Amino acid sequence: MNYHWNWHIFAQQVQGGSETYADWLAAGLGWTLACALCAWLIALALGTLAGALRTTGNRVLAGAGATWVELFRNVPLLVQMFLWFFVVPELLPRELSLWVKQDMPAKEFVTATLCLGLFTSARIAEQVRAGIQALPRGQREAALALGLTTLQCYSHILLPRALRIIIAPLTSEFMNTFKNSSVAFAIGLMELTFQARQMQEDSEQGIETYLAVTLLYFLCAIIANRAMALIEARTRVPGTPG
Amino acid sequence: MISICGVSKWYGPTRVLDDCSTEVAKGDVVVVCGPSGSGKSTLIKCVNGLEAVQRGEVIVDGVVVTAPKTDLNRLRARVGMVFQHFELFPHLSVADNLTLGQIKVLGRSRDEAIARGLKMLDRVGLAAHRDKFPAQLSGGQQQRVAIARALSMDPVCMLFDEPTSALDPEMISEVLDVMVALAEEGMTMMCVTHEMGFARRVADRVIFMDQGRIVEDCAKESFFGAPRSERAQQFLAKILQH
Amino acid sequence: MLPNLDLEVVGASLPFLWTGLLFSLKLTLVAMSGGIVCGTLLALARLSSIAPLRNAAAAYVNTLRAIPLVMVILWFFLVIPLLTGKPVGAENSALITFTLFEAAFYGEIMRAGIQSVPRGQVAAARALGLTYAQSMRHVVLPQAFRNMLPLLLTQTIILFQDTSLVYAIGAKDLLKAAEVTGKNYNRPVEMYVFVALIYFAICFALSRLVRRLQARVAIVR
Repeated sequence: MNYHWNWHIFAQQVQGGSETYADWLAAGLGWTLACALCAWLIALALGTLAGALRTTGNRVLAGAGATWVELFRNVPLLVQMFLWFFVVPELLPRELSLWVKQDMPAKEFVTATLCLGLFTSARIAEQVRAGIQALPRGQREAALALGLTTLQCYSHILLPRALRIIIAPLTSEFMNTFKNSSVAFAIGLMELTFQARQMQEDSEQGIETYLAVTLLYFLCAIIANRAMALIEARTRVPGTPG
Repeated sequence: MISICGVSKWYGPTRVLDDCSTEVAKGDVVVVCGPSGSGKSTLIKCVNGLEAVQRGEVIVDGVVVTAPKTDLNRLRARVGMVFQHFELFPHLSVADNLTLGQIKVLGRSRDEAIARGLKMLDRVGLAAHRDKFPAQLSGGQQQRVAIARALSMDPVCMLFDEPTSALDPEMISEVLDVMVALAEEGMTMMCVTHEMGFARRVADRVIFMDQGRIVEDCAKESFFGAPRSERAQQFLAKILQH
Repeated sequence: MLPNLDLEVVGASLPFLWTGLLFSLKLTLVAMSGGIVCGTLLALARLSSIAPLRNAAAAYVNTLRAIPLVMVILWFFLVIPLLTGKPVGAENSALITFTLFEAAFYGEIMRAGIQSVPRGQVAAARALGLTYAQSMRHVVLPQAFRNMLPLLLTQTIILFQDTSLVYAIGAKDLLKAAEVTGKNYNRPVEMYVFVALIYFAICFALSRLVRRLQARVAIVR
């Protein structure tokens, strides 16, 4: 294998610029974290809603939840990115469409985050549904027997319990969100993978570049995993097995 | 207080309730018994609208439960229910289990709800356990908390759905003692149970069900003295054998 | 609002899209069969009593599962030519990458499948005098495979969607074909929508199939 190693590359300046390659990667990490975290919040909110809708027993609501899930689950994330970036702006009213295409601040970030959030929400919805269905039927009856409304029953009883049950799959979904944010390179969000490709072409030190970026992704995975473990410990109910 | 009039219910083609009619007067204690699958749990759940009926009418304290416009949540807040599997909310402390309905449904202040809840908790002999979680209590204790939870809502009547059948034998009496005391204070009660000792002691009437039909509905004395139907005689012989 | 859609471009693009779709399907099938074979070996290694083998397999699986697939694709595209000394092309690189990457995921499913077979089955097979390899081959793996069939297929649907990521190295799959046609005819909107519909139709149909399969497996158990 004929390869010229250069571990000092990260401190060197990029071609035709004043910043270093390390600066590029740091910026990339920042966008990756921002995109994944914001997408996660969107996904958690909409996924919980869609998953809960599917368990209401109301045909219209359950159908809406199911449609939501099937729609976002059966098209590749990369294709969804292109749809949001290239197609959706064309469907908007003329004024808004022009604004989105020309003036919207952080266009790539907003598009990628929204897209990743909706994509992930479908997967969370399935987990939430499974979590609610795993609860004994009597819990819903007991809540209703007290006079709680369906909404109160979900917000005070079913969802707090279901979310605790599914914390393990939610953790891996959270870690997936960081990994999946890498797809946003394709619409030009300057996150880690975008920077990796850019630095590889610019410096021609591919292995060092990819190693560094891979380690940064590991770091994201560990942060995500620890954060969820912390939440799990904080929300554990006394007397239940950990 | 409770009036059930010609109630029928089907699950698909299966008829689970067949033209059931009975009355429970204010202050009366009625025990509902019968073999498993006879529809007794379904019947009691029709009283607070947890199960919908396809034909017939249920009236509780002047409110027509089966009318589509009835505010079921308001009705359920006035009808206490105790379940076979307790159905305490495991993610909430004992105190929160007692206050949730009072605060969310009755609109009581937190202080008021706590005061009322603790009074009821004291009444079932568990005041010391207010800060524990359900999983930290024995089955008998959990069921007593569940009774206290129902009583905290100041119900006009109480429904018991096999309250002791999920309990170990040594815990049954602690729950029955609470129920006997309640009956002796004049609470209107409808109890699905196989505890014939309890029925003998406090019941005013006994209803025997089989295959979705009310086969016997008579005063305690005549039920235990000489039940008219052969089915009830067989049933009594079986459960009194031991 | 929606610019007047030009549906002619869709018709004109069909032969080109078909070639792209064929590559996407080829990539899926190769990675599926190769991935299941390699994954089963990985699963056996992870359940082996030999510690170094177990740890090596665990390290392989956990590493690949922690990195985004796009990075794995880029890695292999960079490293394979360095190792072989000559460029192999985006398509071949994709075939190798997906097989080795999917092995980690199929491997975890097969591991769960093997663990789902009661221990008594192995004991009974060994009591009959079968060797370790024979008892795996004839008793444990067939049951594990059967139990895990719905999950293996679900993973394959994910794999099919993931093949679109070869975009990162410019391999000519279904999505790339749509993008190129869209650019050539200056009709990207139509092409992106059309290709999304194709992906949806295939994945939705497959997921329905998996659900029916699941119901059937559940009854047999």
